[in-house]
Amino acid sequence: MLGLNSLGAGIAIVVVCLMLGYIIAHGLSFINLDFITGSAVPAGQAGGGMHNEIIGTLILVGLGSIIAMPIGLMTGIFLSEFGTPFTVSVVRFATDILAGVPSIVVGVFAYAIIVKPMHTYSAFSAGAALAIIMIPVVARTTEESMRLVPGAMREAALALGITRWRAVISVVVPGALAGIVTGIMLGVARISGETAPLLFTALGNSFGYSGLGNPIGALPLQIYRYALSPYKNWQQQAWAGAFVLVVIVLIVSIAVRWLSRKRRV
Amino acid sequence: MDTIKQTETTRPSSFTGIKGYILKAENLRAFYGAFLAVKDVNLEIKPKSITAIIGPSGCGKSTLIRCFNRMHEVAHGARITGKVLLDGEDIYAPGIDPVSIRTRIGMVFQKPNPFPTMSVLENVVAGRRLTSVLSKRIEMEEIAEKFLKQAALWDEVKDKLKQSGTSLSGGQQQRLCIARALAVEPEVILMDEPCSALDPIATLKIEDLMRGLAKDYTIVIVTHNMQQAGRVSDMTAFMMMGDDRAGGLIEYGRTDQIFTNPKDKRTEDYITGRFG
Repeated sequence: MLGLNSLGAGIAIVVVCLMLGYIIAHGLSFINLDFITGSAVPAGQAGGGMHNEIIGTLILVGLGSIIAMPIGLMTGIFLSEFGTPFTVSVVRFATDILAGVPSIVVGVFAYAIIVKPMHTYSAFSAGAALAIIMIPVVARTTEESMRLVPGAMREAALALGITRWRAVISVVVPGALAGIVTGIMLGVARISGETAPLLFTALGNSFGYSGLGNPIGALPLQIYRYALSPYKNWQQQAWAGAFVLVVIVLIVSIAVRWLSRKRRV
Repeated sequence: MDTIKQTETTRPSSFTGIKGYILKAENLRAFYGAFLAVKDVNLEIKPKSITAIIGPSGCGKSTLIRCFNRMHEVAHGARITGKVLLDGEDIYAPGIDPVSIRTRIGMVFQKPNPFPTMSVLENVVAGRRLTSVLSKRIEMEEIAEKFLKQAALWDEVKDKLKQSGTSLSGGQQQRLCIARALAVEPEVILMDEPCSALDPIATLKIEDLMRGLAKDYTIVIVTHNMQQAGRVSDMTAFMMMGDDRAGGLIEYGRTDQIFTNPKDKRTEDYITGRFG
């Protein structure tokens, strides 16, 4: 049994190392100032970069977080503090289903209810699609970390004549803050690499950000397009883009680890 | 600090003259869902005195005092019938906000429960700060000092005001919780076995503190420790579970009378250690 377990753990580590090593080996050499600061160039030309896509991904992740955070937090607080057993089971079931919906379905959904009526692909519709993916992550981690705050803290606050809402905001949420922030970071890490929902919503835009109502470029989208292209320069840039994306997600993941370690102390 | 020096564990002889009551339960019944936990309690608590509620485990002592500040109903499905009068006014009357009642009747719990995310200072003023508009910082420090002194904790923590409330010892944490309850300036303080998680020395400190506080506040303490009831209280109520598993008030009277000359056989059996 121990042997099998060790084998499984070993394979997991090997896969991670191989993948990271492969991306670093292929991508790192094409990272240069032009890649970070330059815009896309027509096929066949040398140079160019993913500046607009990097900015686009940051905007989309920020937009998704801004939409998902209040909804996810409120849902988590409701689940932990205010729901009756019945409403909690209903809401929890709904968030579980939402978490399990394939991201391409979320993309098609956002296309149907936002892109079609507005007659344009847009940064807004992409942000909304990413938010739908992020909401259940934030809601469930918020709920779980708030449930870890002892009931005695709520009682102590109520017995002082503090209202229920005030007790939740000033006593329970601060007690669960590290866990809540970890949940938000996990959500950010999750959506920053999503590609499928962006195909139907963000579309891509090599000329840079031009408002929330217009198409926008994003790293995963550009990696997808460039990797499929027959041009050497684009393929190299796809590797470089993959490298940048991995670095972004890695930074967020390390921040999560750091925060959740602090939480245990 | 001067409150604690002159407090011996003997009862002040002046007490017997106090008339009237500040808190009164009338036909109080407490339920958890369909389960009747406390039945038909009639009890008058005298002002500026210490009333101990004693009785074996599970007899509804804690449930009873949680009815006094409307904390009973916080549990899902919990409710009461009957009346609880504070200064003659029914705290369960329609339109009475339980939150406002809890600022007038404070509570100290079995396990010290300072807010871990707050400093010692923030803990003391938490009730004030979170029940009203934010006051100025200077004022907060004055308030904290005043009530930490009342809780006989100031000298021990005056250099640790910025530290987390949970960094203190158990006994200090409980006195911090008492200071936090005092800072809301309640008329009555309910204590639910406040010393059961503490060592004997910390327990004695809390008992001394209670005697000092009884000059200005009305204290109701639930305790499973009969010696403690005998040491600190002026009045004692003895509760017991009936055959229907509902706790009831068996006997209520002056502490010396309950302990030396109980009227009810069951009280005598409990006092003399025949059960419980």
